[in-house]
Amino acid sequence: MAHPTSGPAAGPQIREIRSAGTIRMAIPLVALAAALIAPFWFYPIFVMKFLCFALFAAAFNLLLGYTGLLSFGHAAFFGGGAYFTAHVVKIWGLTPELGLIVGTLGAAALGLVIGAIALRRSGIYFTMITLALAQMFYFFCLQAPFTHGEDGLQLGPRGHLFGVIDLGQAMNLYYFVLAVVLIGMFVIWRFVNSPFGMILRSIRDNEQRAISLGYSVQAYKLGAFVMSAALSGLAGGLKALVFQLATLTDVAWQMSGEVVLMTLIGGIGTQAGPVVGSGVFIALQNNLATSDFPVTIIMGVVFMVCVLVFRRGIVGNSLPRASGGRLG
Amino acid sequence: MRKILMSATCLGALSVPAMAEVSDGVVKIGILNDQSGVYADFGGKYSVAAAEMAVEDFGGKVLDAPVQVINADHQNKPDVASNIARQWYDTEQVDAIMELTTSSVGLAVQALSLEKKKITINTGAATTELTGPACTPFGFHWAYDTHALAVGTGGAIVDQGGDSWFFLTADYAFGYALEGSTSEVVTAKGGTVAGSVRHPLATTDFSSFLLQAQSSGAKVIGLANAGLDTQNSIKQAAEFGIVTSGQRLAALLFTLAEVHGLGLDVAQGLTLTESFYWDRNDESREFATRFKERTGMMPNMNHAGTYSAVMSYLKAIEAAGTDETEAVAAKLHELPVSDAFTQTGKVGPNGRLISDVYLFEVKSPDESTGEFDYYKLLATIPGDQAYADPAQSGCPLVQ
Repeated sequence: MAHPTSGPAAGPQIREIRSAGTIRMAIPLVALAAALIAPFWFYPIFVMKFLCFALFAAAFNLLLGYTGLLSFGHAAFFGGGAYFTAHVVKIWGLTPELGLIVGTLGAAALGLVIGAIALRRSGIYFTMITLALAQMFYFFCLQAPFTHGEDGLQLGPRGHLFGVIDLGQAMNLYYFVLAVVLIGMFVIWRFVNSPFGMILRSIRDNEQRAISLGYSVQAYKLGAFVMSAALSGLAGGLKALVFQLATLTDVAWQMSGEVVLMTLIGGIGTQAGPVVGSGVFIALQNNLATSDFPVTIIMGVVFMVCVLVFRRGIVGNSLPRASGGRLG
Repeated sequence: MRKILMSATCLGALSVPAMAEVSDGVVKIGILNDQSGVYADFGGKYSVAAAEMAVEDFGGKVLDAPVQVINADHQNKPDVASNIARQWYDTEQVDAIMELTTSSVGLAVQALSLEKKKITINTGAATTELTGPACTPFGFHWAYDTHALAVGTGGAIVDQGGDSWFFLTADYAFGYALEGSTSEVVTAKGGTVAGSVRHPLATTDFSSFLLQAQSSGAKVIGLANAGLDTQNSIKQAAEFGIVTSGQRLAALLFTLAEVHGLGLDVAQGLTLTESFYWDRNDESREFATRFKERTGMMPNMNHAGTYSAVMSYLKAIEAAGTDETEAVAAKLHELPVSDAFTQTGKVGPNGRLISDVYLFEVKSPDESTGEFDYYKLLATIPGDQAYADPAQSGCPLVQ
């Protein structure tokens, strides 16, 4: 982190930028290679769960990190996507990929409604409205007959992708999940690095100026909100397929909190942050489950340490300020 | 050197047949439940202790293979539970998973275990679905279910003169199910249901609902809710003096652990159903005393049920002479259950353990003579009345 802020020697600075560029190229490639061989090292279902949550956190980060909107209702989209996918796969007998599409579209529709209402306010009011509407959706799920209340929806066998590839095989399922998550991540990356994404960041940094430049801020925010909701729904649907179940846990407000936590631990406004954050979170959740430590207390301590000591998250803090996210 | 190695290998090969009946040479039982959330007292570490006690009482070994108990906290999340259960089956050679508090977890793991061909014995979840439409040849349900609770509390109270009812129902499927099955029992016994009021889940203010219940004039107020909701409604009912003014409060899902949490001052006069009480006979007292020495707590029906489940599983392995799932499941269906939990248990073809359940009234602080002396027995409901007839349970295996 020897980062010369000023100085006559331009050489090291250029070298540093160049090496930062190489690192930036190298990290995704290493991550991709790791993802391809991960199921041979780790338990595949665990890695799949991590991938689902990584996509969920990345979708959430699209809103919090790049648009500056803190939604506390993302469980509705994640759980909604899970329920929609599970329902159409189980009851209508659709193939998994069609189920995912339904889950994504359903969550997008939900996002459109909730976003359109919540975005009429900003700041803490926006956050509270998303929470309230997500809770409404939770109680709807609690009572609606198709969700089977607290019994949850259990899917039968995993079915065949495109009617051909057997997803009952752990490896087939793994590479399917990996492919979907990579597509989702790519969409987010394209989105963030497009003119649309630039406008979102300008809204985040100075909303008044964006308005004065003539952008219809409201529409851009809603666009980002729906996008984030749809990708959360995709993650939820994927999780429903992996675990063959959709339950109230996915729509409960705790889930909205967990995704905030994952993003915070990893680093808000960085591409890799949510992935790292969800990895840490899921690993803790799973490994502590079989230990003698109280899971919830340790999670709370991790959160506190994160907020107090490294506010920019694991990824945010290990990157130099210029190339890392803001918020420091 | 080579000779020594060879003979060592031969010796190793010779010693295998003695262990061959037990896969991997060890019987592993997983206890998967909530150890940090709202059900931590209802099951939690206490159930793990009960399972370990059962293994020790059995002698620590079955068919010469050691028995091991491992446990995990599913944090009330079905996906965490499902992940751990898969991992246990796939990489840790776990042979059976038990306890499984909360319905969504119970159903998820039972379905998974059918796919993996492993045994589950559920003690913590309440839903009759487990031995109904979702039943499997390898899934068992011990200790209690919503049907037994409804029959126990509903039926037995009507027999004792509590023939008009008013329900305080949690506004979701579980509440409706409890209310529905209980009022069915009440009306079948000739009682009447004066009305019901639905309260939102996890509400803190029950005053208007309790006042409605009080003014209905019904002799019995049935609490068709669970966990914190039941505790809060009981606390506030005590503040309104509902029990002291002559109405009876009946909790449909409440156990010794929660009574202990509330204290007798608040819980006195409450009527509830459990399938186990520590102070029932010598055997249960002996088990409970040891349990208390170990954990500081008296067992409720879930803890004692877990003890019985592990015990029965080990007995079934011994009787089958192998830990192969189908053979053990057949023995579990066949053998009668007799241990500290019940003396007269038998297992239905749908996997339901049919044992007696009991209607209790919580003692007042004056009546209680010692620590954990909490219950007065009001009625004993024979198992075949308490639980649904397997032929009518909707289980596809029975038809």
